[in-house]
Amino acid sequence: MRLSPDQMVFWQHGILKLNGTMVFTWGLMLVLAVGSKLITRKLSTGLKRSRWQNLLEIVVTGIEKQIEEVGLAHPEKYIGFLGTLFLFVALAALCTVIPGYEPPTGSLSTTAALALCVFVAVPLFGIEEQGLGGYLKTYVQPTVIMLPFNLISELSRTLALAVRLFGNMMSGAMIIAILLTITPYVFPIVMTALGLLTGMVQAYIFSILAAVYIAAATRTRRPKPAPTSTT
Amino acid sequence: MDNMTLIAIASIATAGLTTGIGCMCPALGEGRAVATALTSLAQQPDASATITRTLFVGLAMIESTAIYCFVVSMILLFANPFWNHVIAGVTQAAGK
Repeated sequence: MRLSPDQMVFWQHGILKLNGTMVFTWGLMLVLAVGSKLITRKLSTGLKRSRWQNLLEIVVTGIEKQIEEVGLAHPEKYIGFLGTLFLFVALAALCTVIPGYEPPTGSLSTTAALALCVFVAVPLFGIEEQGLGGYLKTYVQPTVIMLPFNLISELSRTLALAVRLFGNMMSGAMIIAILLTITPYVFPIVMTALGLLTGMVQAYIFSILAAVYIAAATRTRRPKPAPTSTT
Repeated sequence: MDNMTLIAIASIATAGLTTGIGCMCPALGEGRAVATALTSLAQQPDASATITRTLFVGLAMIESTAIYCFVVSMILLFANPFWNHVIAGVTQAAGK
């Protein structure tokens, strides 16, 4: 019973292994990078534009609007990171329709790496926005007693991000594999469709949660208004 | 009952129980969340985008506890260290 694409080994030489996770991750990166490069070669600002450019514009403006709604004031600063997270996880889930493909997010290594990226990005964006002292002060908000709880919550929500995505993708793949041995032909197709739906929802959830964490770290406290004299 | 049987019984029973309880309780929570979301959608349909988005985020957080239970069940069934240890011991004894 194959639990993850880590166990599909294509090539091995001593300690170096080329497993399914690496191959599929690099394949997805290639598709995303080469695809966007090809589409954005000749951008047109007029009314007549290629359908691929239209598609990309829909995607980019959609992500920008979502980032703004979460509460981040300048979405162009964050759309590189958050948009890439969403596109990678969504494409990894969508490509399940290709036979022989296993989503690389079904391996705990990939999801842990993505969660660690978020874990590092949140302080980076917070310090960029509020300065080092301002960001560190948020850890002792509202009282100093909350310091250990804030630290633990940082670690636990990173872990939760990784395990949530891993669990959803792994369970989808496993259900399909089990059903293929029991009732082939029709029911696995239904479960594949359900897996596609949960994959897209999980991609959205991952990027929205990352945006919410970044928004919480970059939210600047408004200075208290000075008391007006009442004479 | 020897060690091997005990470990097998404990793993199988716990895996089933974990999945059973781990699917029931988040389902109850999600049901309440969706019910409240539907009520507020009926009261304020123009806020439907925000309500829907917040509903999905909340559902994902509740769902993740069910996923934790599922992962523990999978570990107990397919990547059980105690079972692997016992099996390794038995194969070694049979090989001697």
